[in-house]
Amino acid sequence: MLCDLCKTKEATVFLTHLVEGNTQNLNLCEPCSQVHDMHDSMGFALADLLLGLGASHQIEKAALACPHCGFSQRDFKKQGRLGCSVCYDIFAEGLALMLRNMHRGVTHTGKVPRKIAAIYQRTAELEALKKSLAQAISKEAYEEAARYRDLIHRMEHTPAQQKENSSQALEEELLPPKNALPGAKNSHQ
Amino acid sequence: MTAESLSNKKNEWLFHSGPHAQIVVSSRVRLARNLEKRPFPGWAKKAERLQLMKEVQVALEALPQMKEAFSEQMENLTLLEKQVLVERHLISREHAEKSAGSALVISMNQTLSVMINEEDHLRIQAILPGFQLKETFALITQVDTQLEENLSFAFHRKLGYLTACPSNVGTGMRVSAMLHLPGLVLLEHMNKIINSVNKMGLVVRGLYGEGSDAIGNLFQISNQITLGEKEEDIIERLHVVIEQILAHETNARGVLRHQQTETLQDQIGRAYGILLHAHSVSTKEALNLLSLLKLGVDLGLFSLEVHALVDELFMEVQPAHLQKSSQLLKMTSKQRDALRARRLRETLEKIPPPGLNNNS
Ligand SMILES: [Zn+2]
Ligand SMILES: [Zn+2]
Repeated sequence: MLCDLCKTKEATVFLTHLVEGNTQNLNLCEPCSQVHDMHDSMGFALADLLLGLGASHQIEKAALACPHCGFSQRDFKKQGRLGCSVCYDIFAEGLALMLRNMHRGVTHTGKVPRKIAAIYQRTAELEALKKSLAQAISKEAYEEAARYRDLIHRMEHTPAQQKENSSQALEEELLPPKNALPGAKNSHQ
Repeated sequence: MTAESLSNKKNEWLFHSGPHAQIVVSSRVRLARNLEKRPFPGWAKKAERLQLMKEVQVALEALPQMKEAFSEQMENLTLLEKQVLVERHLISREHAEKSAGSALVISMNQTLSVMINEEDHLRIQAILPGFQLKETFALITQVDTQLEENLSFAFHRKLGYLTACPSNVGTGMRVSAMLHLPGLVLLEHMNKIINSVNKMGLVVRGLYGEGSDAIGNLFQISNQITLGEKEEDIIERLHVVIEQILAHETNARGVLRHQQTETLQDQIGRAYGILLHAHSVSTKEALNLLSLLKLGVDLGLFSLEVHALVDELFMEVQPAHLQKSSQLLKMTSKQRDALRARRLRETLEKIPPPGLNNNS
């Protein structure tokens, strides 16, 4: 099993935390566990966690900077704040453990902005269609496959404003199992 | 609206007594929001902050809730004006220190306020009197959803709303209630309460001062965790805990009223005596004594009209409010203590001494 912190060395130290009555397991390698020991079990000092990583055995990462805003891990040590929203992806690895120790989980389960929710829905629909397409091809149902390919193509070329109504349109498309040849493309427009 | 008319206007959330207002003074929800791919305020250059500030100000002023709002850049406010806003909990101390590139938009009734370029691009706050967490959340959600139409908030598929500090990431939401808990303090139960609340991932601290040594027996309880829990669940958890504290405080007041009547009368009588006769009173002393008067009103030792007078004094005795009312540009703390004592005497003279039979 690899160390939860550096993900490079074998974990030899197994810790159990109690966070608000829930146990949380942390598997660390020897050097990481020493960094960890310096902090109290509830929360690692913010900066030290990010920088502590670099200091122990990921020195090359300390020089890592956000290509969007130029923020580096060293700046985090000074400020305790990140540079921009892109930084969350750039420093994702170091942040992951910090967030796990700070919060109840590592995944947001609450509100999603309406515009973004619409994009998520569309992506999910596209993925579902692509899956159906692959299935149709594998069972050699080419007419069906052509219909899915057509729907995918049309969805990928729908302008942003029409996206929100796309799910309803799709349902209508998918319900009647009528002739689904490429020519049927225009029948619903 | 001007800064002058803003500070002359009373705080709606302070003077309308909402549900359970005897114990829960106010309910507050704050959302941290940032614009996508723009450097956070602490990392942005001045020109970037100014540009963003203008964009956000325009978006805010267009909201129906912000009709005739107070909208001002921080550099155009005097130190005293900023301090008044801090005392009203409309801006943070950190924001009061900001100048060029930061701004502030406050709705006419002062229930909604937005700090632009504090630690995050937007810190949206809604505050309502009494125990109204759900109503406050509904109010702020409406504003947030409307703003989303015109502003692209930084949002991460996995981490939710992105904030300058990782401790706010996810919902970006901090829910809090201001509680007046003289009963639990007098019975020395506060440490126990604080410990058990902390175990639930919530934080209780003195509104002014630290830990159980809260000035004016005012405490703030809030959530700490913002990631991994839905907004509604955070609100619900806090709601349940506050209900329990409410019950404990009510209980404590009952014990004081019926089993420790003498202690209670002594404490409240002393508070009344000092406020009526003192010639120099610090903010801390004033708030502590006013807290006892407030308890006296709640327990029927004073007539009900006294409530509004005492609530008003809670705000009026604070340094910036006091100095503002004096019209003086400069005041030493000694002068302020003297003026504070005079204001207190003047008001207390209108209030008859406490007695256990005032209400019957
Ligand atoms: Zn390791
Ligand atoms: Zn960045």
